[in-house]
Amino acid sequence: MIASLVLVLGIFAGIVIVIVLRGASSLNLAMLIQTPEGGYYLGKGGGIANAIVGSLYLAFGALLLSSLFGLPIAFALQKEYLGRRLAHMTRLSLDILWGTPSIVYGAFGFIIMVYLGLRASLLGGIIALAFLMLPIMIRSIEEVIRMTPPELKEISYAMGTTRIETTLTVVLRQALPGIMTGVLLAFGRGIGDAASILFTAGYTDYIPRSLFDPVASLPLAVFFQVATPIPEVQQRAYASALILLVIVLLISLASRLLSHRCSRYIVR
Amino acid sequence: MYWRKIKDKIAAKSMLIGVAFVNSIVFLIALGLLIKSWPILTKKSIFHLLLSSAWHPLKGEFGFYPFIVGTLEVTAIAMILAVPVCLLSAIYLSEYAHHRFRELARVIIDIMAAIPSVIYGLWGVIVVVPFVRALGKALDTPTTGYSLLAGGIILAIMVSPIIISVSLEVLRTVPVQARETALALGTTKWEAIKHVVLRSALHGIFSAIVLGFSRAFGETIAVLMIVGNVPKIPASIFDPAYPLPALLANNYGEMMSIPLYNSALLLSALILLLIVSTFNITAHLALMRIERR
Amino acid sequence: MPHISLSNLTIAYGNHKVLQNITVEIPNNQITAIIGPSGCGKTTLLKSLNRLVDLYEEIKVEGEVRIDGVNIYDPKADLLSLRKKVGFLSQKPYPLPMSILDNITFGPRIHGMNGKNLLDQIQKLEKQIPIDSLYPYNKQKETKSKKKHEMAYLVEFYLRLAGLWDEVKERLHAPATQLSIGQQQRLALARALAVEPEVILADEPTSALDPISAQLIEKQFKILKNHYTMVVVTHILRQARRIADYVIFLYLGELVEHGPAEQFFSFPRHERTRAYISGEIS
Repeated sequence: MIASLVLVLGIFAGIVIVIVLRGASSLNLAMLIQTPEGGYYLGKGGGIANAIVGSLYLAFGALLLSSLFGLPIAFALQKEYLGRRLAHMTRLSLDILWGTPSIVYGAFGFIIMVYLGLRASLLGGIIALAFLMLPIMIRSIEEVIRMTPPELKEISYAMGTTRIETTLTVVLRQALPGIMTGVLLAFGRGIGDAASILFTAGYTDYIPRSLFDPVASLPLAVFFQVATPIPEVQQRAYASALILLVIVLLISLASRLLSHRCSRYIVR
Repeated sequence: MYWRKIKDKIAAKSMLIGVAFVNSIVFLIALGLLIKSWPILTKKSIFHLLLSSAWHPLKGEFGFYPFIVGTLEVTAIAMILAVPVCLLSAIYLSEYAHHRFRELARVIIDIMAAIPSVIYGLWGVIVVVPFVRALGKALDTPTTGYSLLAGGIILAIMVSPIIISVSLEVLRTVPVQARETALALGTTKWEAIKHVVLRSALHGIFSAIVLGFSRAFGETIAVLMIVGNVPKIPASIFDPAYPLPALLANNYGEMMSIPLYNSALLLSALILLLIVSTFNITAHLALMRIERR
Repeated sequence: MPHISLSNLTIAYGNHKVLQNITVEIPNNQITAIIGPSGCGKTTLLKSLNRLVDLYEEIKVEGEVRIDGVNIYDPKADLLSLRKKVGFLSQKPYPLPMSILDNITFGPRIHGMNGKNLLDQIQKLEKQIPIDSLYPYNKQKETKSKKKHEMAYLVEFYLRLAGLWDEVKERLHAPATQLSIGQQQRLALARALAVEPEVILADEPTSALDPISAQLIEKQFKILKNHYTMVVVTHILRQARRIADYVIFLYLGELVEHGPAEQFFSFPRHERTRAYISGEIS
């Protein structure tokens, strides 16, 4: 039994180590801050700043869009807002959405884009990613909101508050660490996902200047670079993967630290 | 005073709109995909599409069978590899491990779940493909390494976090009293686990496996990078395969140019959605059974 | 002063009847104790007075609860001002997830209370309630804005009223969860008082506390009863004997007997009351 666990943990360690080792060797500052010059994919100079910035744009944009819907919906699942039946149905829908493969969101985003007359662009990618992030964010936040002690809400109501007043003052504060975690979890997913933005965000060597420009992204940068037969470019793929891995690990770390920071006032 | 009540009403109404939206997304996606697949559904019968092995888009031939088989096989391999290892790990973490270690393991597993699939794919190219190639050589089956087996291995690794974490959670919800009761009757620790804990947690473990299965089914990028992408039914696990998500991802570029190709690919997305949703609903219902208790 | 009267109040959870036909009047400016064995509906009766029972699903309420002549269960009744008028202390004190200061100012802020009304109210109360050495006007030099001064005055006043000021005056911005459970209950008291209720409901307010904190709470209650109508649920007979002016005895959801405390404990009229008081049934 413990052998199985060791296997799992060992593979994880193996993954991290291999990427770090292979990637570190070809990593240099230029990769981080330069955009690709012509012929980059054939081995010439430049960096992947376009992909790094692109991924950040995509993830932030999608985060904003999905939080706009996600936070209210997560709060709405409390019993003072929704009846039992509607809440059950919504939770089922959310579970289905949570398990939907990201490529389906990509296909759906593609359909929407065609319908709206958009081309593969930052906006298209943001829309597809926002759909992907929404169930992830809601599930994570809702789990924490559910754990709010009902007596806490009771005494807030006993003082004569309306539902939204209690939600925004008491529940929000109590669930804040969980909200931070949920938001960052969704953000991390948004930075790393490739299938949903494959059709919808396009790819480019430049940093987009408007929502309608195509945008590069780190996961796709890795993907395209691995696919070439040229060894230098493949090395760059490892370095790009390392950058992506580091970003994702940093987000994970930040989420733990922030949630710890926000726990100062919460009732246990 | 009234302003406060109005604010409350407005807030509740907007939340309701959001909720209505969320509930309709699945249907919107299915509807959109259905509309776009309609052209090919009217041209060819659904049975022909699902069971034919002829995939020649340029000639207007769209047989999805090899892709469906490919998806099923790679997922099956992944589950065969992952489920025993993950269940045993979850049991160990829940019943035998020191709680500090359990928390540490939880953190690591959460991080594993957050790693982007393209990184798993890259690692697969660097490590798994050569491994399979070497294995093939040792067994006298020549292979490039880009194969069903490689795809299965990487998928197994990718679904492990979710199977372990859901199983672990379910095992932890079995109350201490259940174990105590069994031990008080004189069972060994393993017997207590087997007869009491696992039995109570069965629904949850089932749903963990189903969730893992649906995740494996829909995973695209990592599998795409190492499974070979040849549209033929693989003769052995060392042969390349071509799962549905990979088909969709690889050919999106051609979607606009060839008539009916667009339709066919979006039909594959619809099939994917329907299968995965069925699994997710099953898992959801199984988990609901537990919460009711 | 509010006049609380219940007529034929019947409350059921689904099929289970928790309270049956309760008709009684609760006297003003006295401590009314609701006593009886566990599970007999005491808490439900208490919570029906500020409609906190509304929060439970599947609950059916029949009959009337009139406060100041208005039936609070009338669909048109104003819930928010009812809950401002009737304050509540729960059995286990739950501090709000904020600082001590914010816990107290939470209620007044929500209800938009500030300004002159606040100060007037406090000064009136101050004259009636013996608070040792309150020097609020010193504070005016320290705080920046008039509003902050009012809030600071309010916080100090109610914390003194609850008997907690000296213990927390140095750390008003610390998380309220840092306080001991006895302090948290006194904080809950201050918090409830800060919205200026006329009635205070307390659900077994000392059962989770150590004896010293329990004593402090009982002492404060005795001071407060002169200005508020207090209704206290307790399962500790001795506590009822110590603090109650009026007693209501519930058994299995029915009102068995009620009356002034002295008369109730010395000359109980019902057999069951006698049995409960003497400890035969609990």
